[in-house]
Amino acid sequence: MNKQQTIEEAIGQIPDGASIMVGGFGSPGTPFSLIDELLRQGQRNLTLIKNDANEAGIGISKLIENGQVDRLIATHIGLNRSVIEMMNSGALEVEFHPQGIFAEKIRTAGAGSFGFLSDIGMESEITRPEQLLEWQGQRYKVEMALRADFALIHAAHADNYGNLIYRGTAINFSPLMAMAADQVIAETADCQPPGRLEPAMIHTPSAFVSSLVLLPALTNDYGIMEHHVRH
Amino acid sequence: MSATDRIIARAAQEIVPGSIVNLGIGLPTQVIHELPERMDVLIHAENGVLGAWKQAEPELMDPFLIDSAGAYVATRPGSAFFDSAVSFAMIRRGKIDLTMIGAFEVDQHGNLANWKIPGKFSPGIGGAMELAQKTPRIVVLTTHCDKKGNPKILKQCRLPLTAAGCVSRIITEKAVIDVTDDGLVVREKLEAISDEALRAITEADLIIPASVEAV
Repeated sequence: MNKQQTIEEAIGQIPDGASIMVGGFGSPGTPFSLIDELLRQGQRNLTLIKNDANEAGIGISKLIENGQVDRLIATHIGLNRSVIEMMNSGALEVEFHPQGIFAEKIRTAGAGSFGFLSDIGMESEITRPEQLLEWQGQRYKVEMALRADFALIHAAHADNYGNLIYRGTAINFSPLMAMAADQVIAETADCQPPGRLEPAMIHTPSAFVSSLVLLPALTNDYGIMEHHVRH
Repeated sequence: MSATDRIIARAAQEIVPGSIVNLGIGLPTQVIHELPERMDVLIHAENGVLGAWKQAEPELMDPFLIDSAGAYVATRPGSAFFDSAVSFAMIRRGKIDLTMIGAFEVDQHGNLANWKIPGKFSPGIGGAMELAQKTPRIVVLTTHCDKKGNPKILKQCRLPLTAAGCVSRIITEKAVIDVTDDGLVVREKLEAISDEALRAITEADLIIPASVEAV
């Protein structure tokens, strides 16, 4: 039941053309170390599923700028001018969803279901007529579940079984993605022997996690970003 | 006081003690700095906090704790963290009492356009569509005109809508305007401006009761 692997082994499981969910809302929750290893190994033609594109030069933006990503499914990329330019020039295909619909599509796949009915944006240009359905006199929008081959997750605390605990707002999409991907690679700088984490505090139970990477330390990417500090 | 400072100061008065409030990116985010330190309010940040507060003291900043605008925030006693599905369940179930939000355009039917300018600006929808459609009270904070001096309060939005008929109130540096069944009603003037001058910079029809005087 020990899921620990080296970062090279864990990321080495990902083939070209894979779909990959990546946790994080902005920086918190972004698994920067796993992403950097994916950059080093150079898998291509990837589909990434992440709330945003991080900011230019960090996180998944590195993979996109390096031409490893064909398609991004996201909710908002307003903080990343480089990726916006790639989208506008056609170098990157981007599909947007409302943020909560994006979360719920992932949650739905993670729960083993195939879709759900929504009323968000039914009259707006994000909805195509064929997505509307009438049922017992009410109109709904059909939203299909969103799954992936892999998920890359950052956890504050873990144990060797792969039980995960997130910190602060770093939880965001991570527990949902950990349920919606076939293989889940989690990184942590704090891995405990089984039994040390309080069972009631576990956010993601170990059954959903396939690989655990122990980081020697958190790099500067995980720290305070000075340009987000108001003086 | 600058135009935006006037909007922010007036907007802070909208927040009722005991309420749950979401502050959108841009002008609304800045409203938090105007709130009294011990005010009984819960700020919802859609990235997963109920009880977000002002920027934390430098030694207490946590890189794993931000609000939806990316600020390293403190949290209030009684706050909670949760995943994004729970955060948006809170929004779609109407648990957020008030959302303050920015606008490219707003119109006299309460329609809001704030997410896309075709061909120019399309960074994605983020949480705007769900907040606009599902919060019981939406207050738009916007300058009365855009940077070129064109009216932003229109008879009918021309940009793609974020949500239809969702806006309750509009606060600009010139006036506080309510969306009613009769149309847009000016409730307050926030500077010395004649009715004619206010109408001249507003494309939408305005109802200006005789009792409304400039402050």
